[in-house]
Amino acid sequence: MALTGVQIFKLLPKTNCKKCGFPTCLAFAMKLAQAGVDISACPDVSEEAKATLGAASAPPIRSFTLGTGDKAVKMGAETVMFRHEKKFVNPCAIAVNITDNLNEDELAHRAAEVAASEIDRVGQKLRVDAISIEYASGSSAKYEAAVKLIAAKAPDAAIILNCKDAGAAEAAVKAVAARKPLIYCATDGNAEAMANIAKANGCPLVACADGLEALSALSEKIKGLGVEDIVLDSGAKTAKEIVEHNTQIRRAALKKGFKPLGYPVINFVLRDDAIHEASIASVAIAKYSSIVVLSSISKWKDLVLFSLRQNLYTDPQVPMQVEQKTYEIGEPKADAPLMITTNFSLTYFIVSGEIENSKVPSRLAVMDCEGLSVLTAWAAGKFTASKIAQFIIESGVADKVSHKELILPGQVAILSGALEDKLEGWKITVGPREANAIPTFLKSRAS
Amino acid sequence: MSFVIPKESFNGKVLAVDFGKDDKALEIGGETCLPFLTFEGEVPNRPVIAYEIQDCVPDDWPDTVKNVYKDVSGDPVAWAKYCQNELKAKAIALRLASTHPDRGNRSAEDASKTVKDVLAAVTVPLIILGSNHIEKDASVLVAAAQAASGNNCIIGKAQEGNYKTIVAAALAHNHKLIAMSELDINLAKQLNILITQMGFDKAKLITDPMCAALGYGLEYTYSVMERIRLAGLAQNDPTMQPPIVGDVGMYVWKIKETVASETDVPDWGALEERGIAWETVTATSMMLAGTNLLIMRHPKAVENVNKTIKELV
Repeated sequence: MALTGVQIFKLLPKTNCKKCGFPTCLAFAMKLAQAGVDISACPDVSEEAKATLGAASAPPIRSFTLGTGDKAVKMGAETVMFRHEKKFVNPCAIAVNITDNLNEDELAHRAAEVAASEIDRVGQKLRVDAISIEYASGSSAKYEAAVKLIAAKAPDAAIILNCKDAGAAEAAVKAVAARKPLIYCATDGNAEAMANIAKANGCPLVACADGLEALSALSEKIKGLGVEDIVLDSGAKTAKEIVEHNTQIRRAALKKGFKPLGYPVINFVLRDDAIHEASIASVAIAKYSSIVVLSSISKWKDLVLFSLRQNLYTDPQVPMQVEQKTYEIGEPKADAPLMITTNFSLTYFIVSGEIENSKVPSRLAVMDCEGLSVLTAWAAGKFTASKIAQFIIESGVADKVSHKELILPGQVAILSGALEDKLEGWKITVGPREANAIPTFLKSRAS
Repeated sequence: MSFVIPKESFNGKVLAVDFGKDDKALEIGGETCLPFLTFEGEVPNRPVIAYEIQDCVPDDWPDTVKNVYKDVSGDPVAWAKYCQNELKAKAIALRLASTHPDRGNRSAEDASKTVKDVLAAVTVPLIILGSNHIEKDASVLVAAAQAASGNNCIIGKAQEGNYKTIVAAALAHNHKLIAMSELDINLAKQLNILITQMGFDKAKLITDPMCAALGYGLEYTYSVMERIRLAGLAQNDPTMQPPIVGDVGMYVWKIKETVASETDVPDWGALEERGIAWETVTATSMMLAGTNLLIMRHPKAVENVNKTIKELV
């Protein structure tokens, strides 16, 4: 269990040497207690203190990286059961399973699909993160060749070697060792051989057992064999098993400090029907999976799963923001109405949705107010007449419209006079107080 | 160290609400644990999916879902029968969209005739929804509640601005009631309190904390639902124990991801699958957050969510 700052302080050299970057050992101890700094920043700490601190300060869910390079995916380190408590930390990796018995063209094609999966959504670059290569051919040579080919065709993807045959796995691991493949998997039967391969090549290893009791024993065993970076597969296949096992694993790790289950989780959600598979994948994404393996990907499926992952992993304490700019809704002509609102994403979604409902093509100028809603931004002094005026002038929207009329949210009607003074030549119209009155408002103007 | 299942038990319980009548009646809610965690509690009822139909041609629905109903959507009776008989709907949600001042402004009398006609044509339980126009719903839903008297329907949605007349009508005609507030657990709680203070039984309430489509604020709905569930179960807050409804279809089938063609946005892939998957995944995640009743549009999305429900129980 975590130590307090004072408990940690007692283990430190108490020299106040400042080499750690903090003015005193106590200050450093306090920061350690918040997990804001690593013990290695202290050059003089004893090995014994390090071991004590290491055991106590290890996060309840171990954190490490899947893959290598700048597209590698961090996993683990989660701290809560529900996202409203605190941000979910590391968005799960999305992976696709490819069997090695396809011919070369098909393998290359499927790998290229992953390599080309990156899309931009609300300012984030999202992609299929990993490929699971399944040993189905029964030929070690064929497997190694398939692994090499896929690794070459998808140079940024993390690799999961889905192969329970230790001999075939070892050859494949060596072929792509520089990519730090995740080895899938150690079972009760092959644990020693797989642990040795993982250890020798510095690769993470999946522990796979039927149920959580057997899984706990297996992960302990593998750890005892010297593998630190472990991923858990409880054998969950149905949606129910995924929800229950993953909940129990996270609870055991977070609430009971149960180390054998303090690792990231992998779920295979393979289904024949692509949309059904997306539904089961969404169960795993919502319920604590760190790696979700699909049987197939496609652009629409990627988009829907990326969106869910992005939604659930946003920080609930930081308002979601949309980009500051003038959004065109419908196909507005130069004489179309121009409205303004703030960049709180929910405000934007609701206002733009209602403008769409009105079927009146319009422009919506969205102003950066640090993600606050209209009334809050006004109260905080971020949505004031002078700031709005400055934004409108600098936005250049005047060049796109043939009029000089700006529609202001009804909530801030009080600003209209001051805004007319600051925005010379503009007419300020007060719009509805609530977004759901926008369609009526716009339609009545249009007629 | 040996593994012990980390169980949590709660004092609170989600209220069970039945609707419809005779052998087609359904029950939702009643669970004593967080969604689907039957290793530590009881989940007596599966989530129910109601097919949404409207009292006018849904010309604002995108083609993917509009085309499914093109032969029946001109007539709410034919549409309801199609859902019950062909799509095997367990429940139907009739949205009186044409009563909205901007969509035909049909009268409360027209609406009650539609309700009567639909009730006469189908036997599955009916959910009767207004057009989400605060003032108009206050009169339309009162007339609809009267027209449906004796059918144990779900009427909705009562909101802060119009709940008084709607609650009184649901009370008088013995219906269940959806109370809707906008993405705020405190508003949801407050509205439930106001409604029960009028003498309406909390065991007949259903909470709508406002749905949102995937990619368009879903995380807010998701977290508000989870917090409502935790308040009802862990804190045993009686005002937070009604079942939850997710009005999924109407939020999903208007966003760009379900409307824009692949030609316009090549990166997004096939439009038909994209739209169906969007409704499927939105609904799936709502269930995981605690939704007991889903209102949906596309038969393939309903089918896929039903498959997932089968796997979840």
